[in-house]
Amino acid sequence: MQEGFIKEGFTQESLLDETHLKEQKQMESDLNSDTSHQSSVDYLMNWFRKRSIFVLAYGTGCGAIEMPPTFTSRYDAERLGIRGAATPRQADVIIVSGYCSYKTLRRIIRTYEQMSNPKYVLALGSCTINGGMYWDSYNTIKKLEEYLPVDMYVNGCMPRPESILEGFIALQKEIAEGKASSWQKYEENYEFYRKNQEAVLGSKVAPAYDADWYLYDGGL
Amino acid sequence: MIIFDLLGMLLTAYFVGFLYYGLYRNITARFQRRIGPTVLQSFFDSIKFFSKDESTSHGWMFYLGPVIMTTGAVMTLFFIPFFYESESFRGLSQYGNLFVVLYLIMLGPLGNAMGVGVSGSPFAAMGITRGLTRMFAMELPFYIAVIALMSINHSADIATIAANQTTINAFAYPLLFIGALFSFIAMMGNSPFDVVGAPVEVYSGPAAEFSGKFLGLLMSQSSIMSFAKLVLMVNLFLGGAGGFIELLVKTFILFLFVIAFGSIYGRFKTPQSVDFLVKVPTAIAVAGLLLATLGGQ
Repeated sequence: MQEGFIKEGFTQESLLDETHLKEQKQMESDLNSDTSHQSSVDYLMNWFRKRSIFVLAYGTGCGAIEMPPTFTSRYDAERLGIRGAATPRQADVIIVSGYCSYKTLRRIIRTYEQMSNPKYVLALGSCTINGGMYWDSYNTIKKLEEYLPVDMYVNGCMPRPESILEGFIALQKEIAEGKASSWQKYEENYEFYRKNQEAVLGSKVAPAYDADWYLYDGGL
Repeated sequence: MIIFDLLGMLLTAYFVGFLYYGLYRNITARFQRRIGPTVLQSFFDSIKFFSKDESTSHGWMFYLGPVIMTTGAVMTLFFIPFFYESESFRGLSQYGNLFVVLYLIMLGPLGNAMGVGVSGSPFAAMGITRGLTRMFAMELPFYIAVIALMSINHSADIATIAANQTTINAFAYPLLFIGALFSFIAMMGNSPFDVVGAPVEVYSGPAAEFSGKFLGLLMSQSSIMSFAKLVLMVNLFLGGAGGFIELLVKTFILFLFVIAFGSIYGRFKTPQSVDFLVKVPTAIAVAGLLLATLGGQ
């Protein structure tokens, strides 16, 4: 991110001053993306999805501690249209913040499957990429993407709020371009993900995921 | 044509409501010394929800909840005239008076309670219980104030009450206004009475199970309802409005007061909010009622 972000910005006195506003413009210009290949309806829908992101911040590991500053006054993610969601039903993005033990993975999968399409996964920290410092642990997963489709990784141990914001901006760009389609990937390759989930969770794996719930009992 | 009149009212309420909610988030952000979202952010959110799928179903009654709530909001809006002496933007107000409006305000939440009930979500049920508990308390001072106004004006017609104010009612009957204002803050779901949808306590309460288009519908109805309530309050206590600019200025001042009040105070617990509403504003409103009726004779 820009140099001023770390050096000058965010002292109590400089809030809402010129540096801050310049930075805001810079971040918004980062959002400009190549959308020429989309139809106008898709373009419009994706633009609204980009501008409004409800986040389910799932505090699985140490990365959870970086999220409160990201969403509150100091880094203020709301200026980019990013805000917290109360329940999975209302959320667009789930943040998996750091290592996940098998026990937590079960909950993450259940939570992810409760979210409504289109939904995205943002993974924080090295632990979700390759296990990080838990590379030889007996009860954590090493690569999150074997169990859930990940749209965007934010590297670091732990990533600072600046990085998380940059990860969000990159995700927003993908959403605007229509490239963030991991939820379709999950439905298409469900057998692959299910097999991996069963391998680590055994009999405690979640009930099978129905993307077409409305055709079955309890539906319309 | 009454159809165009109603459509105009609906569109005005929809867009002004969302604009006010955007300003609400923006102004709250400035109170907390941050930049905050754009003014149109709430509008973006609602359009986004309309473009999403639903993730669950609990049968047809579940889907009827938001629909009944929206019906309640739209009907409330139609029975409140925007201006005190104008042929346009008075909707259905010549067919129904203040009693109808007071009934319709409560229709939406009750309908939604049934829809939410079938979802079986404990948080939604808790939110509804909190909402209904608070509703009994907040009706009390508001109804007392409204009854006093009706008896003073010898009329239950909103436009008549709005037009009858030589000194605006807020200054002529300050005690009634203060009593009703506390209720109004609770009706707008603002702090310190925002016990219903408290995100960290009951996970957005009644809205907990709704996703996608139904959540978008709930957001839209809440902005329409807020504008309807603001117009009602302006008509009853702030002298009504003769034109659009006056209406926007008066509703915005009222809205700004509600925001500022909410930014200062933290949230009451449910029993605390009921206790407070039943004691302080009710006592003020009763004193206002006695003063107004005895003083008039």
